[in-house]
Amino acid sequence: MHRFGGRFKHRLMPEGNLVTLAQLKSGQSGTVADIQGGRRMADRLNALGIIPGKKITKTSAMLMRGPVTIEVDRVGVAIGFGMASKVIVRPDRVP
Amino acid sequence: MTRILLMGNPNVGKSALFSRLTGVQAIVSNYPGTTISYTRGYMKLGEETAEVIDVPGTYTLEPTSEAEEIALQLLDSGDIVINVANAINLERNLYLTLQLLERGIPMVTALNLWDDTKHRGVDINLEKLRELLGVPVIPTVAVTGEGIKELVENIPRATSPHRPPGTRDERWATIGKIIEQVQHISHRHHTWRERLADASVNPVSGGLIALAVLAGSFFVVRFIGEGLINYVLNPLFNTLWAPVILKLSQLMGGGGFLHDIVIGKIAGGEVNFVESFGLLTSGFYVPFGMVLPYIVSFYFVLGLLEDTGYLPRLAVLMDTIMHRLGLHGYAIIPTLLGLGCNVPAILATRILESKRERLIAATLISIAVPCAALQAMIFGLVGARGLEYVAIVYGTLFIVWIILGLILNRIVKGFSPELLIEIPPYRLPPLRTVLQKLWLRTYGFLAEAIPIILGAILAVNVLYILGVFNAIASFTAPVVTGLLGLPKEAVTALVIGFLRKDVALGMLAPLALTPEQLVVGSVVLAMLFPCIATFVVMFRELGVVNMLKATGIMIVAALATGGILNLIL
Repeated sequence: MHRFGGRFKHRLMPEGNLVTLAQLKSGQSGTVADIQGGRRMADRLNALGIIPGKKITKTSAMLMRGPVTIEVDRVGVAIGFGMASKVIVRPDRVP
Repeated sequence: MTRILLMGNPNVGKSALFSRLTGVQAIVSNYPGTTISYTRGYMKLGEETAEVIDVPGTYTLEPTSEAEEIALQLLDSGDIVINVANAINLERNLYLTLQLLERGIPMVTALNLWDDTKHRGVDINLEKLRELLGVPVIPTVAVTGEGIKELVENIPRATSPHRPPGTRDERWATIGKIIEQVQHISHRHHTWRERLADASVNPVSGGLIALAVLAGSFFVVRFIGEGLINYVLNPLFNTLWAPVILKLSQLMGGGGFLHDIVIGKIAGGEVNFVESFGLLTSGFYVPFGMVLPYIVSFYFVLGLLEDTGYLPRLAVLMDTIMHRLGLHGYAIIPTLLGLGCNVPAILATRILESKRERLIAATLISIAVPCAALQAMIFGLVGARGLEYVAIVYGTLFIVWIILGLILNRIVKGFSPELLIEIPPYRLPPLRTVLQKLWLRTYGFLAEAIPIILGAILAVNVLYILGVFNAIASFTAPVVTGLLGLPKEAVTALVIGFLRKDVALGMLAPLALTPEQLVVGSVVLAMLFPCIATFVVMFRELGVVNMLKATGIMIVAALATGGILNLIL
């Protein structure tokens, strides 16, 4: 949630490459590591339960920088591409 | 009177629960000084009657939208809260629950969609949850009515455990602890509904599904609408109302100033309800006989699309296009509403976040989205010359919608906020909720539209008799004949289009236009001024300045499009 606090946290966690939610592949799961938008964006995502530490699965992405859909706690959420580019995710390792 | 508030996240079945608790006699109220409306009803609570309010869905009491601010204000006026939570998604729903508990208002929690927990592999320990929250927790299935009796019995047991206010992180930490103790998730297979849900937000299959759904909706709307007109309303008007009118016409001497205003023109002992243009003839027939059937069928289909959970998916699919037009995907909802009637469509632009979006959406709707009444006339009049001409009209309006949106996105200051919406799972909506919504919307339309239509016909008749239209006609004739290639007589129709577009289109009928002229005429009519009812709503919603801006854009766009069509057809 806090920009710098979030970045600092990543350095303490060695494994996994961080990607943005926009970059995450459809069907892939991961954990929200950081939210790099402004306060208002963090507020809106918080209201939908999308907070650092939350497990998510990307379900689809529209063409041409369209919105991204994810599943959080068994509920679907659609996020605009710009916003999805500011949500940092640590992808789960593919077994 | 005790006031009970139904509060919960959007998409948890709050409205279905509301209609279970209150029955059908619900009232939609506008929150004073704002644009947010809420539904109010009454229920029996032991011996006394309690007022129940369906508060707009809210995720948090730290408001992020106008609707959430209203929810917060309504909260202060309530005595008891029924917190409606989604049993499938306890984590997020508990956030609002904790905030409500911090406010110290007596509360009962309804864990709705309880029937879904089994096949979604969610196991909730109710006893433990009651203990941890300190309030009654009742599992409910609003759609079937399961658990409603227990919920009502538990309303008097609403309590407030006086939870101390916490920070955001503290709340999420508390939720984490609660979830750990009460919820167990087991793995389960995807159901067909979930597969369909995934397919409908996939760019390829989703696009195909969207086309099928929209085409299907369109045919159902036409089917029900035409059925109502041909088998219910026309027979009613012709067998019951026409004799009354003829009798009245005789009594009034068959002509004269008053006769022309009240009855209009009657030729050959038969009442032509569309063209006679009197208060009691067209004034009644246009809203009830022509528009109402389409309004009913349109709102019915829209209600189904809403309550099954399809609309948010359409919003996701449309977001890429809508974004180029300065809107986000959710603007597809007011746009679709506009295909029924522009008035509720403009009202529905309230769901958009910024003033900029609302201006763009309202302008695009009033210019390029033809209402059901107008569409009925386009099909009747233009369709008679060949469906290819109807296709040209629709195609032109669609291209105008896109081009105008692209331009507005460039010139209107500001930026368009991004899409962020929940996509609920598909559900089969209970018929009673769909019907209740249909009734509220239809009633709202009638209450709003009928006085305006009657007033407009009265005004037109008086102005017509006074010769004002002829004056305007000769004044604007060069534009109409030169630029649009229409005969001078068409001007009257275009001017009347300000009041009733469908009627105006009907006035083009006796002019013996070529199909091409008819296409130009109907496109210009569709785009030029919105009808007066839409005008009034735009004024109320956007303010004078923005309404004038929209009007200016309208005139330029309509004349330019008409001129271009005249050149290329």
